Amino acid sequence: MKKLINSADSVVEDALNGMAAAHPSLRIRDRVVYRADGPRPGKVGLVSGGGSGHEPLHAGFVGHGMLDAACPGEVFTSPVPDQIIDATKAVDGGAGVLHIVKNYTGDVLNFEMAAELAEGVEVVSVLVDDDVAVQDSLYTAGRRGTGATLFVEKMAGALAEEGAPLAEVAAVATEVDERSRSFGIALSSCTVPAAGKPTFDLPETDVELGIGIHGEPGRARVPMVSARELAGVAMEAVHSDLPLQGDLLVMVNGMGGTPLMELYVVFAEVAAFVRGKGARVTRSLVGNYVTSLEMQGFSVTVCRLDDRLTRLWDAPVETPGLRWGR
Amino acid sequence: MEAALFVAWFEEAARLVRADRDRLTRLDAAIGDADHGTNLDRGLTEVLKALADTAIESEAQVLATAGATLIRRVGGASGPLYGSLFRQMGKALETPVTLAGFAAAFEEGVVAVERLGKAALGDKTMVDALAPASRALALAVRDGVGVREALDQAARAAADGSKATIPMQARKGRASYLGERSIGHEDPGAASSALFMAALATVAG
Repeated sequence: MKKLINSADSVVEDALNGMAAAHPSLRIRDRVVYRADGPRPGKVGLVSGGGSGHEPLHAGFVGHGMLDAACPGEVFTSPVPDQIIDATKAVDGGAGVLHIVKNYTGDVLNFEMAAELAEGVEVVSVLVDDDVAVQDSLYTAGRRGTGATLFVEKMAGALAEEGAPLAEVAAVATEVDERSRSFGIALSSCTVPAAGKPTFDLPETDVELGIGIHGEPGRARVPMVSARELAGVAMEAVHSDLPLQGDLLVMVNGMGGTPLMELYVVFAEVAAFVRGKGARVTRSLVGNYVTSLEMQGFSVTVCRLDDRLTRLWDAPVETPGLRWGR
Repeated sequence: MEAALFVAWFEEAARLVRADRDRLTRLDAAIGDADHGTNLDRGLTEVLKALADTAIESEAQVLATAGATLIRRVGGASGPLYGSLFRQMGKALETPVTLAGFAAAFEEGVVAVERLGKAALGDKTMVDALAPASRALALAVRDGVGVREALDQAARAAADGSKATIPMQARKGRASYLGERSIGHEDPGAASSALFMAALATVAG
């Protein structure tokens, strides 16, 4: 393992120190990342969090128009209730707090505990579960939350910035989740610093289909094919679950180790697929946003827009990882 | 069974988990995200620190301190699940501690884990080691077996239960996302639960 770290034990702490040094708009205290300008009275607070290793998610999305606080856990491990309780109390401007939780067992359990223990603060939790690679049934933990987390944080964040009440912010967060689907493909594994070697061995000739964002293997392993064919697999999976129609927000997200050039190659194929179904890509995002350390690969996330969601997507945002219109 | 025995239980569990840290992480890498060994090792180190810093007055307090520390320090799914196991056991344990009392408290702890994780026997989780261990304890109490033999039987049941997860398809937790590909791998949570039971049998012997 060759990594730019001081030690596997201090990697999250050291990275947060770097974030604090690089972004004066952030304030970092007791392993929680806050907006430096503090909670605004009357504004709904947005708190999210999860394992580290997905940068810029979530800490990189703290700022105007998005999150009020992010709770980073250890690498690929959800935060603990104390962090979430601290964040929840600190960002409450009197209008309550929205927890945005990715559907992974650890995230769900720790956020549930924190919501119960954050006395005196009204908390509503929204579960993000957009990953179509996972069957949602009584016999699984349900779909994972992956790329749509960014969409939920952006659009709910914009509505909260406008001063909407908690119930309305939560409703739009749920709506964005329901209108969004994702599918991920890995060309390589990744190395968790504390583990010291790749989570799985993937031969040069193969790819993993239907991966999550924790370096875990996917639903199936198949021979490597062209970007067009891989984009087709991802988009067919999305389309068969939520038919592509109307105006779409489409993100082609890098898993951390994929050149932007290749992500654009994929995006061209994705856009062609969308046109082929008679739908339109009216908003797009291409880059590394919800990553899995240095994994090579990509995920596609699609959200069916309407006028209101388009307006919320376009609203000004100023965070380390996403910034426009301000 | 005395408070010192319960402290020794966590010391031995911490030793076993540290010794088996890489195996647990390898098991997790196969069907999860490769952090179970390191997380549990970190959590148990914190538990030992917390126990050293606390004036221990009862067996229940050892369990409550360990449970709260695991919830506050581990994160992931294993923090809340193991934390709830020990915290619930602590709440249910009556002094003086008898084998029957311990078995009853352990059963309550396992029920708390099942409820929190919404998992049952056969889902390929830590419940597949803990529930058989609980049943073995109950049978030992019914049969009037001595403490040492009862805990040995519980440890064996947990180890067998953990091995029995190998052919199962996971239905809960991160491994469930793998579908049929989860078959053929031992569940890391069941494996670490077996270590906890082995640790108890060792210190009671």
